[in-house]
Amino acid sequence: MIWLDTLLQGVLLGGLYALFAAGLSLVFGVMRLVNLAHGDLIILAAYLILGVAAVLGVTPVVALLIAAPVMFVVGWLLQMQVFNRVLGDDILPPLLVTFGLSVVIQNALLEGFTANSQKLSLGPIETQSLHLGSVTVGVIPMMTLASAVAVIFLLNQLFYRTSLGRAFRATSDDVVTAQLMGIRPRRIFAMATGIAMVVATLAAFYLGARANFDPSIGPARLLYAFEAVIIGGLGSLWGTLAGGLVIGVAQAFGAAVNPEWQILSGHIAFVIVLLLKPRGFFPRATD
Amino acid sequence: MFTRRKLLKSGAALAAGAFALPAMPALAKGAAIKIGYVSPQSGPLSAFSQADAYMVAGFLKAAKANGLDVEVIVKDSQSNPNRAAEVARELISRDRVNLILVASTPETTNPVCTVAESEEIPVISSVAPWQPWFIGQQGNPADPDSWQPFEYVYHFFWGLEDNVSVFMNMWNRAQTNKSVGALWPNDGDGNSWASEVGLPPVLAAAGYRLTDPGRYQNLTDDFSAQIGAFKKGECEILTGIPIPPDFTTFWTQAQQQGYRPKLVSIAKALLFPESVQALGELGHNLTCEIYWSPAFPYKSSLTGESCAELAAGFSKAAGRQWTQPVGFTHALFEVASDVIQRASDPTDSDALVTAIQATSLDTVVGNIRWGKDNVPPFARKNVAKTPLVGGQWRRQADGSFDLVIVENGNAPEIPLSGTLETLS
Repeated sequence: MIWLDTLLQGVLLGGLYALFAAGLSLVFGVMRLVNLAHGDLIILAAYLILGVAAVLGVTPVVALLIAAPVMFVVGWLLQMQVFNRVLGDDILPPLLVTFGLSVVIQNALLEGFTANSQKLSLGPIETQSLHLGSVTVGVIPMMTLASAVAVIFLLNQLFYRTSLGRAFRATSDDVVTAQLMGIRPRRIFAMATGIAMVVATLAAFYLGARANFDPSIGPARLLYAFEAVIIGGLGSLWGTLAGGLVIGVAQAFGAAVNPEWQILSGHIAFVIVLLLKPRGFFPRATD
Repeated sequence: MFTRRKLLKSGAALAAGAFALPAMPALAKGAAIKIGYVSPQSGPLSAFSQADAYMVAGFLKAAKANGLDVEVIVKDSQSNPNRAAEVARELISRDRVNLILVASTPETTNPVCTVAESEEIPVISSVAPWQPWFIGQQGNPADPDSWQPFEYVYHFFWGLEDNVSVFMNMWNRAQTNKSVGALWPNDGDGNSWASEVGLPPVLAAAGYRLTDPGRYQNLTDDFSAQIGAFKKGECEILTGIPIPPDFTTFWTQAQQQGYRPKLVSIAKALLFPESVQALGELGHNLTCEIYWSPAFPYKSSLTGESCAELAAGFSKAAGRQWTQPVGFTHALFEVASDVIQRASDPTDSDALVTAIQATSLDTVVGNIRWGKDNVPPFARKNVAKTPLVGGQWRRQADGSFDLVIVENGNAPEIPLSGTLETLS
């Protein structure tokens, strides 16, 4: 029974990692941009939710609904004003810019909100749980996993069922030809980053409800997101979900053996997947 | 008319002014005694340094009233050990300070003390348990026979053994099944708590059972394995020294998965009211160590203020609740002032060291005297211990938290302000 419990907790944890990774995966899939500031943008969104909740006196759920469109605009402007200027054949400038952005966001948050840890308080639901036979699972972790699946499903629908998604795929495959067909890649990129920021806001909501956050905590959470994206195969959204689950389950089983093995076993799973399938489970593009 | 020439002129004047300003106090008070103060004012540890500005201003005012000609140069370690060593070197070689004060966490105190010891500049250090401070600076921390005392660096705080005994005293007061679950991370603090000088031998001697699932990494996202182990071991007492985000993750998950201990004694993570407030209702009746609170019966030797007055002054100036390091930031300056007044020549390192060694000062954190027999002989010269008691966070009707003193076995002069309550 302990195995079932471990598996279940690992899957739930994987949901959180997949949610962290979904925005990263989207941005990478569309424009091959590795956003090193993604973790810090999640923390920025968490502070935004916290700030909106405090200023307007609303619950974090309402604050999330207000913060999400704001973060969309932040993402849009960031792409239009900053990232678009450095995107090109060379992959180094965008990396450096996002790295710099990460430092800027951390220090701006530190200046504005101090180093104190904060948490989004959701009330009694935080500690509620469901009894499924012999195992108990928390309501919030369940919601996290459900949200991750829903986000991936919706993003996939967007990619393969809408004209915007067609534009995403076209730009991703061949920017020049897409331009010839009347697509403006800069706008498409801005749209993608905006949507990624909305997903990041959702991730921020669950992160803030699960644990404390402070300005410096972003990069630590980013590593698992990267691993999830790479295990799943670059550019594949369902792959990202699978990648998140693999890391979550590996960590849970590692911890069941000995907590010293928890983080390490996630990394070991990552290495094993890379050895067996160097391009991840479901690589979408060939580049 | 605003001409280019004028602009250049005023620009130059502005630049000259900007450069001259920081240097001016040094020129004006050439004979002043210079004190360097290093603390983590920015970065993840900055919560420890909230009282810096207030205490420095208070010290300068009190020093002036006492007729002392002092200057304090404040440096920020940015919560980074490398930066701490760098600013210590700057203080010594560029600012030519006579005395250095350093506070908060081994990450700040140790690099500063190591630099100052080699440069032969006296240091008074605090707010780090003495073991990581003393042993952490040794060439070979693993070999007790090689440990050497220091000549120029002196530390006052409590040690691991005090924290262990405070927790044990609290647990002995409650009716439990004497089964303890331990949440110890794989860092300096976690490893020392789990070691032979930490909790396990004391627990065994007192007839307690320990469930220690093993060292985990900081910033872990899932504690199901530990919760499972604690449930299986029926641990009615929970202890540990996690960082605040990890404790929140753990404690929320523990509630979700139905682990409800009777007593929770957590070191480090529950130090600041903000961390406890972040837990909301879940923070009620958690216990922790207290090394300073407004209820301590001591007075400042510098200003004559009681602990309550000091805390109130700080709260008013900073617009926030008192925190435990507040008293120690003040005490550092108390000791500095006392030492400078007693030293035969406060600009001479050796005279200052002689004065530090002879210190016996009743400060706002209790009596500070080096060489007492409550410290093991190898560290006695450099370490002075201050009292430690046990506290319990009580949630008020308005959602804020009060830290109530519920255990004073090691320092009976500190009055209790409540009785220990169990969680269930």
